[in-house]
Amino acid sequence: MREIVAIVLVLTPLSLLSFGGGASILAPLHDAFVTHYQWLTAREYVDYFAISRTSPGPGAMLVTLIGWKLAGWSGALVATISIFLPSSLLCYRVAKVWNRHRGSPLHRALEQGLLPIGTGLTIAGAILTQHTAGSGVLGWVIVALATTVIMFRNPHPLVLMACGGSLMLLIRFALG
Amino acid sequence: MDEPLAHPDAKPPNDQVPQVSLLTIFWIFFQIGSLSVGGGLTAWLYREVVEKRRLMPEADFMGALTLAQVLPGINMTNLSVYVGQRLRGVQGALVAILGLILVPFFAIIFIGSIYARLQSVPNLHHFMDGLASSAVALLLAMGLKAVKVTRMQPVQLGLVGLVAVLVGIFRLPMVPVILVLAPISVWLAWKDIEKELDKAPENAQANAQANAAGRDKTGA
Repeated sequence: MREIVAIVLVLTPLSLLSFGGGASILAPLHDAFVTHYQWLTAREYVDYFAISRTSPGPGAMLVTLIGWKLAGWSGALVATISIFLPSSLLCYRVAKVWNRHRGSPLHRALEQGLLPIGTGLTIAGAILTQHTAGSGVLGWVIVALATTVIMFRNPHPLVLMACGGSLMLLIRFALG
Repeated sequence: MDEPLAHPDAKPPNDQVPQVSLLTIFWIFFQIGSLSVGGGLTAWLYREVVEKRRLMPEADFMGALTLAQVLPGINMTNLSVYVGQRLRGVQGALVAILGLILVPFFAIIFIGSIYARLQSVPNLHHFMDGLASSAVALLLAMGLKAVKVTRMQPVQLGLVGLVAVLVGIFRLPMVPVILVLAPISVWLAWKDIEKELDKAPENAQANAQANAAGRDKTGA
């Protein structure tokens, strides 16, 4: 029970303070569960982070795994709700107001103006993610190759990713 | 299989979205949630909602994306709430987010419980590296396509490049960059729209006068 209460107390405020997406919750999570409560070892935390990168869904599902580790299924459920619910409620309110003014000149200006910003952030996100992955020059070669393919053929993402994975495996084998 | 479901000309006007069932919304997000290994969920959503099904225009989606990034919370869940809300109100938002995290919820616990064994699979990390790079390519291509499809002006293109370089290469924190550049970009767009609005009534007046003149002539 102590763990469940702690999960809610740590994650609910984080949900409303996590500006800039999932990556910004990584450090505070470490502070709370590894340093303060000492319920996870540093090794476990790094492993859990790696798992969250290789399993489907948003990276923030990391908290689900932490909740499960600390308090079983109820911990997983409470952790997931605590991290997603508060920010989703806020986003819902904003989306509603935003869409109510659809078509007005001010809304058009906002949408037109935010278009280049959102596009720039998407490209920045791609660069940052590839950098974090740390797969070197070869990784960038696959990014360039795959991007070219998508621009001309638009294959199904799963097919593309399976090919990218296999290609990397083959090249690394060929290079020894 | 990759043909758009609706004809391109059937694109809805800016203030309307096509009727979508809750089940369809659930299915879109369920797929994305289940299959999006290696990140790049935004690109999957863009592909489904903007390119394939044409449920909303590019600018609408990119505006929502910026909102999702500026607001606190996980970008992808914020974006799902937005898209769900836009398509079917509160029910749409709820269904979208449930669909998105249903499979990942069980998947991460499952993978977590067999993690020790997975680590010993030889060469798995090579495959995962290539997979992650392909997911990055999905994101990159999404940005490039948005530039292409919306036919951006040079000034807008400059802003895209500036944001990409400041955040992606110089690693400046995202929120301050957005807070400085977004108002500038919106102001520029506002100037454009104002110009257009100034012209529009003149045109309308000119047309009315021309019509009146035409009627006078025919009357005479």
